[in-house]
Amino acid sequence: MTQPRSFGFETRMLHAGHVPDAETGARAVPIHQSTSFVFHDTRHAAHLFELKQYGNIYSRISNPTTAVFEERIASLENGTGALAVASGMAAQLTTFLTLLSPGDEIVASSHLYGGSVTQLTHTLKKLSLKVHFVDPTRLENWERAITPRTRLLYGEIIGNPRGSILDIEPLAELGNAHRIPLVVDATFATPYLCRPIDWGATIVVHSATKFIGGHGNSLGGVIVDSGKFDFSSFATLAEPSDAYHGLRFYDTFAHYAFLMKARVETVRDTGACISPTNSFLLIQGLETLSVRMERHVRNALLVAKFLHEHPKVAWVSYAGLPDHPDHTLAKKYLPLGPGAVFTFGLLAPTPADAREKGKQLIERLQLFSHLANVGDARSLVIHPASTTHQQLSEDELVRAGVGPEMVRLSVGLETSEDLLWDLDQALEGIS
Amino acid sequence: MTVACAIRLNSALTAEQKALFQSPDQIRKVLATARNIAIVGLSAEPQKASHFVASYLQDADYRIVPVNPRGGMILGETVYGDLTQIPFAVDVVDVFRPAHEVDALTATAIQIGAKVLWQQLRINNITAATHAREAGLVSIVDACIKMEHGRYSSGLHSVGMNTEIVTARRPRPPGSAF
Repeated sequence: MTQPRSFGFETRMLHAGHVPDAETGARAVPIHQSTSFVFHDTRHAAHLFELKQYGNIYSRISNPTTAVFEERIASLENGTGALAVASGMAAQLTTFLTLLSPGDEIVASSHLYGGSVTQLTHTLKKLSLKVHFVDPTRLENWERAITPRTRLLYGEIIGNPRGSILDIEPLAELGNAHRIPLVVDATFATPYLCRPIDWGATIVVHSATKFIGGHGNSLGGVIVDSGKFDFSSFATLAEPSDAYHGLRFYDTFAHYAFLMKARVETVRDTGACISPTNSFLLIQGLETLSVRMERHVRNALLVAKFLHEHPKVAWVSYAGLPDHPDHTLAKKYLPLGPGAVFTFGLLAPTPADAREKGKQLIERLQLFSHLANVGDARSLVIHPASTTHQQLSEDELVRAGVGPEMVRLSVGLETSEDLLWDLDQALEGIS
Repeated sequence: MTVACAIRLNSALTAEQKALFQSPDQIRKVLATARNIAIVGLSAEPQKASHFVASYLQDADYRIVPVNPRGGMILGETVYGDLTQIPFAVDVVDVFRPAHEVDALTATAIQIGAKVLWQQLRINNITAATHAREAGLVSIVDACIKMEHGRYSSGLHSVGMNTEIVTARRPRPPGSAF
């Protein structure tokens, strides 16, 4: 018998979660494009519905192709398991709906994607969940916002769009001291650049649409649980569930309790499931993740340095540059590079002029695609104040650090000289 | 044969204890060879963890032997008051009782000739486990027999859990000529 071995990240990127099919020997992961799965007999059917047996019933709850994606992500994040859902927004909402009861509170970083701010502020309010946003850069801000009803801490490892870095380790310790789980969105990092569970985070969520898929073709989200948090005092997981004849998820499923409940209650009921074909395409992305991310961060640093030196650029906010306030944190949590999404501002005498120059820049770019996404293999550009963060009020824009002059880039895998050429010619043409 | 990493996750055991009491090779051997599994502390309530485990093991073609002083029948099997009352040999003594009760249970398990003493997830009596091991039993600590079976039978994988199995080998279906 071969000795047990802990395989490396790249090996697991290609193999974790997929044993070749015994029947066909298929090497690539097959796409199980089937809504439902035949039971062996009535006892098998009953036991699947009672959760007494593992297996597939209906693709809204689980699917064999999706299971490969889920286990592979769990392995890469050093988690105990994962649940794939329709999108990154669905991943965070599923997490909130699974853990929280009406009246519970979240303390969240204010440095979040605009869509997340909207979900937390408006949609959660309809469910009687209260959110306190804090400037995430000082630990005492988090501590001060915690009340006896706080059940969850939430932040992005690389904040969108200003690129601030979440100091995960002390925040996880604060959460542990108060018995509150820390949920971290690691979309901009991917498990190749940072694994928040290794730093004490309880749960990690991703928009897999971005660098995990990596090719801008499929929406998807995923939730990973460390399995390490003691949920025995969490009503939602420890108390009997009305949806399963009084089943106590934490008692019966232990470290799988959160993910089981998220799957068989929350996603079963919300229907925010992922398509098997999308899971397949996201698996294709994962198989080259390390190679792509190395090139993404290399190109991002070259572009950031170029802009930093350019006379028409006022500032560049990339934690990979030594003058960024979070450069030290970036070196700690993201030693290979703090992702490939960052913002910069054009030099302008007034906000109105800055906004105008930003528009001109975007109109002149030839290789950067102007669209509302990040993490494509292709380079992307957008003006957050008028698009992704457009629903935010003036106050919220200030808190999120989104000024009128801000332009956001997602640096792709093109020839780096071509990206610099494109930015240079576009900047030259600005009047 | 599939190479599996030792379990790294979700156990209070030290690395040294894991090597002794959670060896994947030993666990796989137990799952492949055991037939009769006595479940000490099996609850008659269908929504209790022990009941889930027992029902799962029946589905996987093991014979479960309930042990509980309340007696009666559970899942179609006679409940015995203690291990010594079971009138046939059991392969595994699977324990759903608090750690302080495991010392006495271990002595009885040895006495009745059980081959395996299995302390369920979060049950962690290393003294008793060591005693069982020295008496020649396979001794498992702080692990769930259902989850371990699920790790190797694709069940846990199907619900997105990290089985820590990494292999490019194609499994041979049972009865395959190749």
